[in-house]
Amino acid sequence: MGNELLVDLSRLQFAVTAMYHFLFVPLTLGMTWLLVIMESVYVTTGKTIYRDMTQFWGKLFGINFALGVTTGITLEFQFGTNWAYYSHYVGDIFGAPLAIEGLMAFFLESTFIGLFFFGWERISRKQHLLVTILMAIGSNLSALWILIANGWMQNPVGSEFSYETMRMEMTNFTAVVFNPDAQAKFVHTVSAGYVTGAMFVLAISSWYLLQGKNVEFAKKSFRIAAAFGLASACSVIVLGDESGYTVGEAQQTKLAAIEAMWETEPAPAPFNLIAVPNQAELKNDYQLQIPWVMGLIGTRSLDKQIPGIKEIREKNRKRIVNGIEAVNLLDQVRAKPTDPTLKAAFEAKKADLGFGLLLRKYVTRMDQVTPAIIEQAVNDTIPRVTPLFWSFRLMVALGFLILLLFGLAAWYSIKGSFAEKRWLLRSALWFLPAPWIACELGWLVAEYGRQPWTIYGVLPTHLSVSTLTVNSLYASLAGFIGFYTVLLVVEVYLMVRFARQGPGSLGTGRYQDEAAHA
Amino acid sequence: MLDYPTLKLIWWLFIGVLLVGFAIMDGHDMGVGTLLPFLGRNDEERRVIINTVGPHWDGNQVWFITAAGAIFAAWPLIYATAFSGFYWAMLAVLWALFFRPVGFDYRSKINNARWRSTWDWGLFIGGAIPPLIFGVAFGNLLQGVPFHFDQYLIPYYTGSFWALLNPFALLCGVVSSAMLIMHGAIYLAHRTEGAIHQRAAKASGIACAVLLTAFSAAGIWLAMSIPGYVITSIIDPAAAANPLTKTVIKSAGAWLANYDKAPMLIALPALAYVGALLAAVLVKLGRTFAAFWCSGLAILGVIGTAGGSMFPFLMPSSSDPIASLTVWDSVSSHLTLNVMFWATLIFLPLIILYTSWAYRVMAGKVTAAYIRENSHRAY
Ligand code: HDD
Ligand code: HEM
Ligand code: HEM
Repeated sequence: MGNELLVDLSRLQFAVTAMYHFLFVPLTLGMTWLLVIMESVYVTTGKTIYRDMTQFWGKLFGINFALGVTTGITLEFQFGTNWAYYSHYVGDIFGAPLAIEGLMAFFLESTFIGLFFFGWERISRKQHLLVTILMAIGSNLSALWILIANGWMQNPVGSEFSYETMRMEMTNFTAVVFNPDAQAKFVHTVSAGYVTGAMFVLAISSWYLLQGKNVEFAKKSFRIAAAFGLASACSVIVLGDESGYTVGEAQQTKLAAIEAMWETEPAPAPFNLIAVPNQAELKNDYQLQIPWVMGLIGTRSLDKQIPGIKEIREKNRKRIVNGIEAVNLLDQVRAKPTDPTLKAAFEAKKADLGFGLLLRKYVTRMDQVTPAIIEQAVNDTIPRVTPLFWSFRLMVALGFLILLLFGLAAWYSIKGSFAEKRWLLRSALWFLPAPWIACELGWLVAEYGRQPWTIYGVLPTHLSVSTLTVNSLYASLAGFIGFYTVLLVVEVYLMVRFARQGPGSLGTGRYQDEAAHA
Repeated sequence: MLDYPTLKLIWWLFIGVLLVGFAIMDGHDMGVGTLLPFLGRNDEERRVIINTVGPHWDGNQVWFITAAGAIFAAWPLIYATAFSGFYWAMLAVLWALFFRPVGFDYRSKINNARWRSTWDWGLFIGGAIPPLIFGVAFGNLLQGVPFHFDQYLIPYYTGSFWALLNPFALLCGVVSSAMLIMHGAIYLAHRTEGAIHQRAAKASGIACAVLLTAFSAAGIWLAMSIPGYVITSIIDPAAAANPLTKTVIKSAGAWLANYDKAPMLIALPALAYVGALLAAVLVKLGRTFAAFWCSGLAILGVIGTAGGSMFPFLMPSSSDPIASLTVWDSVSSHLTLNVMFWATLIFLPLIILYTSWAYRVMAGKVTAAYIRENSHRAY
């Protein structure tokens, strides 16, 4: 039986630090490719202004990157410090992509970022462009490997529980790498990063144009951002996460929850545009439906059914009852590891072991389980519907608005009149926070929607924590919040300062505001 | 696929390689960070010092990140037990590391003395604290750490944070701090000229003396009064990894037993002495590049001595010796070790290749003139 407060604080600490990391990650993912584009134009045309663009946007990118690195290390540490049982239980699978991420991606990204900033005079133009490209590839590979790890948490393929070592063990590395959940997450998440980078350049360029500063520089940047942003916004929506849905059970549960779909509707299911979910009574107090749309999005077909929450609950109830036996057999087989009949009996039941472990939130021994406790555990298997329902809708709404904005920006870029359209420039400025909000909401849907599991169907969240004291958690959480607040203030201060100053901060003598620089 | 016992041994070596790689690469920029407020007397000197590692600190730090990731992948039980048991020590390392990326990147972006000196001390903290804590952690591993497992292998750490700061562990902290300060000072001497070069050379000599004294003292202390651990049951190296199936006792002098079994191991502590002394002499002769690699050998010697003395133990338990974690029973499955073996074999040489290229591109002395010319871009 876990200490609920300890579990909640550990979750809160992870959520705070992960969401904070993801303030910086998307900008890195997008900016690296934008820098590649700008520098490629410089190398092919030889026009100095593109070199200045690469260096100026690179400077802002560097300010962001520093905090991306700072906050990323926290997350890696935290698996060991705060999720010790998780690390033991799934480290055999989960640790591998994390280590490969270091070997394959972080080294590449971090070694070449040094040359990106310091190498301009020391290597040829083409070599420098290669450095920038390798840096971009590095950051994208890092997203790939971490999302393979994260995708496995949603859909734990290629692995099996071993009672001898009391943990999950890898049985098929290829299956882990080519997990469809991970692939879907990868394309969606990096596209979200590209959108963020494009919005950043678009908004700041718009601001210069509104001020009438650095006009040539801003116009060229705006055009590149508009084109890159339009492509990325399409990709974030089109290559969205639908494909991940029907694959894993975690995604089915999540799908039902974010759609507030209590009953299994006849295919093709309707889409709830607005709903007021009532989780206690397993129904919506109010709903506004669009027929067919859910079925089309969720299954890409007219005849496949999407299971509703009530159906999923009944399936889970059976698995919990089965899981009780699995836990009992596990205890017996661990006491007598060589007994072949016990071993066979356990192997037959072990698929539902995770569901049995859900009960350990309430009892230490399975003979203490009552029907009321089983009912509680069944309730636990469905994440809270209301926050998921609205987070998801807000992300999607932002997605379409962002698409509209980039569409207009690209359209007027082609027509060549964007610099006069002050409403467009002002909208771009207002939309600056939109991709960040959408990203945070996306992670909320993905992670909160996976509850009560850290590894879906395998390891409940309440078992995953380290055996720390609640006071330690209060203190470390306060420490993180303190550090992160100060760091964010410093970062935003520098960002705003250099963005205001514009390309003049390069000290080339070609731009306005040269005097103000450091 | 290599067999399981071989892979378990290879992974012990690989983690060793990653830790030594971390100490050589990230170690030199941490040493430089530690020395920064003392060897740089004005802003320009400090910028010279910072820019010797400016283009490289981030790549170097990945040695640390990757070593931690590799421990997660290869020794998940160590990762779980050590990181959660040493909770506050790990957070202290983490929070000290916070100062590095922002310190390097933000310091010279604003021309204000208070701002810059604040980040200088930040870089000092980021350079000085982690090596100290890693040394203290090794000191505690050598003494055994109070932890046990329940029947589901949930780890429980029963010591306090303050118990980690015992005298022997602190001595080990001095060893590791002095080692990386020496290493950083030599690197700095190699990359600078004039006054900073002189001061760095002198600092490396002092650090070398402290290192050898503290290393000898720790060795004598270990031999005289720190009991080691011995496995008393028969080990099946091919067995599934379960730490609760063996028996272990604490026994005086056990950490020296490996030197009886394999006398060649004595080469490791010898390397620590020879490497450090050679490094000191070479610095005096102005051969700083060679000195850097000799000091790297000394690092290999020191870390190798700790690892070799404890083999096959990784994290002995003082309160429940049976729970002690070893090379045989805290590892990942056969398949995972194999996958990671190939990943390391492919990527590590590539990493060394492009890291060398990056250092070659940036080679040469960092001078005050360079800082003045590149005032907008340099750190
Ligand atoms: C989709 C992308 C993505 C996601 C989900 C995560 N990260 Fe991240 N991470 C990156 C994408 C990224 C990056 C783009 O590669 C970063 C961000 C900004 C940066 O500077 O590099 C980075 C930096 C970064 C660093 C510093 C690397 C360096 O020194 O170069 C570490 C150790 C981590 N991350 C670890 C994690 C962990 C343990 C995560 C999961 C809990 C995690 N990241 C989620
Ligand atoms: C590969 C990347 C990630 C992994 C492996 C991961 C893993 C985890 C783990 C172990 C937990 C704690 C258990 C739990 O409460 O579910 C968690 C919680 C959480 N994570 Fe992630 N996470 C990742 C990325 C992120 C990112 C980038 C964000 C957001 C920016 C995020 C948002 C959250 C949130 C909001 C929670 C709390 C969920 C809750 O309170 O129920 N995660 N995640
Ligand atoms: C119409 C548009 C969109 C749809 C249909 C959509 C769909 C989804 C879904 C279903 C998830 C949850 C995936 C999971 O649980 O594994 C998700 C996650 C996420 N979304 Fe979106 N999204 C849209 C727009 C956006 C936009 C505009 C952004 C940011 C710019 C964004 C960023 C994210 C991120 C960062 C995640 C978390 C990573 C992941 O799980 O893939 N999304 N999205």
